Amino acid sequence: MSAPLLEVRGLRKFFEIRRGFRRRVVGSVRAVDDVSFTIQEGETLGLVGESGCGKTTTARCILRAMAPSSGEILFRAADGRVVDLAPLSRAELRPLRPQIQMIFQDPFGSLNPRMTIFDNVGEPLLINGMRSRRARLDRVAALLELTGLRTEYMHRFPHAFSGGQRQRIGIARALATEPRLVVADEPVSALDVSVRAQVLNLLLELRRRLGLTMLFVAHDLSVVKHICDRVAVMYVGQLVEQAPTAALFARPRHPYTAALIRAVPIPDPRAPSGDVALAGEVANPANPPSGCYFHPRCPFVLERCRAEAPALREVDGHVVRCHRAEELELTGA
Amino acid sequence: MAEPVATPPAAGERIAVAANWRLVWWRFRKHRLAVASALILVGFYLVVLCPDFFSTQDPEATAARLAFIPVQRVRWLDGWTPRPWVPGIIGKRNPTTLRMEWRLDEGRKVPVRVLVAGYPYRLLGVVPLRVHLLGAAPDAGASLHLLGTDRLGRDQWSRLAHATQTSMTIGLTAVTLSVVFGVLFGGISGYVGGVPDLIIQRVIELLQSLPTIPIWLALTAALPRDWSPLRVFFAITVILSLVGWTTLGREVRGRFLSLREEDYVLAAELAGASRTRIIGRHMVPNFLSHIIATSTLAIPAMIINETALSFLGLGIRPPAISWGVLLQEAQNIQTLALAPWLLVPGLVVIVSVLAFNLVGDGLRDAADPYGQ
Amino acid sequence: MDPVLSVRDLRVHFVLDEGLVRAVDGVSFDVAPGQVVGIVGESGCGKSVTMRAILQIVEPPGRVVGGRMLFRGEREAVDLATLDPRGAAMRAIRGAEIALIPQEPMAAFSPVHTVGDQVIEALRLHQRKWRPTGPTLSRAEARQMTAELFQDVGISMPGERVDAYAWQLSGGLRQRAMIAMALSCRPRLLIADEPTTAIDVTTQAQILNLLRDLQRRHGTAIVFITHDLGVIAQMAHHVVVMYLGRVMEQGPVDDIFHAPRHPYTQALLRSIPSLLAPAQSLLPTIAGSIPHPLGRPPGCAFHPRCPEAMPGLCDRQTPALRLIEGAQSASCFLYHRETVEP
Repeated sequence: MSAPLLEVRGLRKFFEIRRGFRRRVVGSVRAVDDVSFTIQEGETLGLVGESGCGKTTTARCILRAMAPSSGEILFRAADGRVVDLAPLSRAELRPLRPQIQMIFQDPFGSLNPRMTIFDNVGEPLLINGMRSRRARLDRVAALLELTGLRTEYMHRFPHAFSGGQRQRIGIARALATEPRLVVADEPVSALDVSVRAQVLNLLLELRRRLGLTMLFVAHDLSVVKHICDRVAVMYVGQLVEQAPTAALFARPRHPYTAALIRAVPIPDPRAPSGDVALAGEVANPANPPSGCYFHPRCPFVLERCRAEAPALREVDGHVVRCHRAEELELTGA
Repeated sequence: MAEPVATPPAAGERIAVAANWRLVWWRFRKHRLAVASALILVGFYLVVLCPDFFSTQDPEATAARLAFIPVQRVRWLDGWTPRPWVPGIIGKRNPTTLRMEWRLDEGRKVPVRVLVAGYPYRLLGVVPLRVHLLGAAPDAGASLHLLGTDRLGRDQWSRLAHATQTSMTIGLTAVTLSVVFGVLFGGISGYVGGVPDLIIQRVIELLQSLPTIPIWLALTAALPRDWSPLRVFFAITVILSLVGWTTLGREVRGRFLSLREEDYVLAAELAGASRTRIIGRHMVPNFLSHIIATSTLAIPAMIINETALSFLGLGIRPPAISWGVLLQEAQNIQTLALAPWLLVPGLVVIVSVLAFNLVGDGLRDAADPYGQ
Repeated sequence: MDPVLSVRDLRVHFVLDEGLVRAVDGVSFDVAPGQVVGIVGESGCGKSVTMRAILQIVEPPGRVVGGRMLFRGEREAVDLATLDPRGAAMRAIRGAEIALIPQEPMAAFSPVHTVGDQVIEALRLHQRKWRPTGPTLSRAEARQMTAELFQDVGISMPGERVDAYAWQLSGGLRQRAMIAMALSCRPRLLIADEPTTAIDVTTQAQILNLLRDLQRRHGTAIVFITHDLGVIAQMAHHVVVMYLGRVMEQGPVDDIFHAPRHPYTQALLRSIPSLLAPAQSLLPTIAGSIPHPLGRPPGCAFHPRCPEAMPGLCDRQTPALRLIEGAQSASCFLYHRETVEP
């Protein structure tokens, strides 16, 4: 296998909790706690978990919208160099920015309402050196066509478009600079069912046509299963399992993954309803439990799980963080 | 109700390609009261541009003989023909009080004419002119005092026009200065954050905790007595905006903080946009309308402050005229009983402040055309 | 048995500066005792406005302009549409006989009172001792009942949680407390407005289990509003599919999911990615996007996106909702030619 496009090693992001007049640090929220994974060129990796699991923070660190507390973000740039994005300054990041782009969740907040579609989509081009308006007009038109929008709407303002259309515009903007990596943060969760399918299809088609590499952050497992090659599951800031999509859904190795899969309501009244719901709620990342973070909710908990934090290890093609990964017979969907 | 899913096709292309200011205008237009108030303000600022044109007499011309002439109410009809006139006045000295007592003589009609020649002045300080909007017909041999005269026999109407110029200008300049300070410091505070934010916030708190009236008193009292009215005028403006910018500064900081979290700002950041570009293209345009609305709402406060200072004799000083200076004349009860028309400037203050508030409210509601 | 709630030809209109929005335009359905009726639809379909109309909490510029909502409460049947929204009769029904589980429990609880106090207040307002006109409950009695209710909805340590503030509880516990409050007066009808949309999947599964369990035990009728077809399939006995203010199709849950009649329902079901569907294949989609409420297409509102639209018919006339087979009805000209009188 060739060198991966992105390799994240031991990524950590702690938010300090400050109290009192002198803003003393009294603790920290371990939003992302030792996360490592790789993305190959042309691959789509799904990053799933419930709210507060750190998936969005991980994505924002990779985009360097925030600075990680520690760890390495090794990115293979267009010129073949492997750059660690983690320690770079604003100025050093600038030439690399066009190569990593983002698709946002909220189609209503992600476009500047004071700028036309042409200005919104064309901005990354202008910033990255395409000075000629003529050239930009052509390129934006091509991008809108690519994302299934009519080019004559180019000079309209965002308020004239529906949620689905705005999401297409957002995708066009993300693709403007021909990025090598696209980070999609819940790109379809704010959309209506009938529009969601259109946008998912568009993403699949774009992948096929442009060979896009994507980090797909989502909480909806059915969407992740539909679009991703590999899936990484996070729980309270940590990666608990990572495996190829089919393997993960067919035979999850971590009890949390299995519970997550079974908790998804299946749109078929004849399907068994999720009677094996997980007890309790997601742990607080400011004060995680001892040992395995999942042990208070785990139906298979042992004494060892309470005391000793499991390490990530490879079991049967899955990377999993569980003491009992080999012995448990878990079922997915 | 659920969010709109797409543009109503009926509204179509017109709204689709409408820039923000256009949407703001369309929404503002629906606010009847605000539009009416805006028209009143336009009227006020026309007077500001050239108070002499609107005057009937030289506002400085004193005539002790003509003190305390009452309001000559304009009658619009002469019989049944629309020809405006005012009744003439007859003065008689009261033998016991030795005071002039004026009586309206309904029998003597002084015709009121539009665009008549009067005292010479310079339009905008350049063009020499003699024409005035209103005046008594030159052949009538009588003068016109639409709002009566004060204790020195100066024409109250003409003085009001000049006072309007001073007071409205002070309001506008003080707010403009406040906006400059507010956007500058609020912007630094909100965008840069950290230590500068901390310092600016503490300074704002300090300034806001000072009792304003005593501070103004002290500051204005410190102004040298021999300064020209123009210098005093600017000094007062600066003093007023020194405290005025803090509210705006907070507002701007809040906007910056919330806009910094917007996805489209992050998108620009990820595209590699420079800080200047992010502020200039993405942040400022998105709160400019709010700033305009807030500043419109700040103008009346400035006007009131100036009026209060001048009323106390600490702001604009005669011979310069402002609404506060005019009201100073109405300070004692005796004058008021004798010449209640001297209170008219107070009415003008109320009208202008109300108009500014209504326009500001309308702008604030219209400023966010994307909200519901 | 008579239905608990019969909605007939309900119309709610919003008069905006830009024009008239028919948010709910002739909606009819029944809720049988002990039945869960799921109302499902995308944004702008009118499902939330329908819910608000039943509770008589439609906010201006919206107004119920027509239709009946016959509710059979403890006493005789009343038409909710004829009651004064702020009158005593409606207030006695709202919260007591018809209770609401909102989407955001955080917004529904007051932050300055404990959740227990709020349930106690509801109990003392609506509950009477021994008989419907008996004396109100004492504080201690109400508190005891609240703790029992908390136990009933699976809140651990109910005695202590009574004294907690809403912001001290996790999202799941908050929603449980909300359910306890809704159930406190043993309502005849429960309206659940997207009760799990703001909650994580694993917690959602718990809440859905709880609601199912409570429903079986107490036999409460529930109107369950959601956009999630998975949740509907797992919760509802009877499904009402709405689109732009009209009912497109309704019927027993199994028929809706396994033999949908209306092209909209068919397309909607096909377009959801499912855990059981083949991965990375293009999904069948519904063309176009949901029209703006102000620009509702003439005739059947779905016709511009419908693959089976019949020109000259669907774009001219609005099909009525008619029984097709068994208990399943649809408003589509593929099955009948009856139109709605304008």
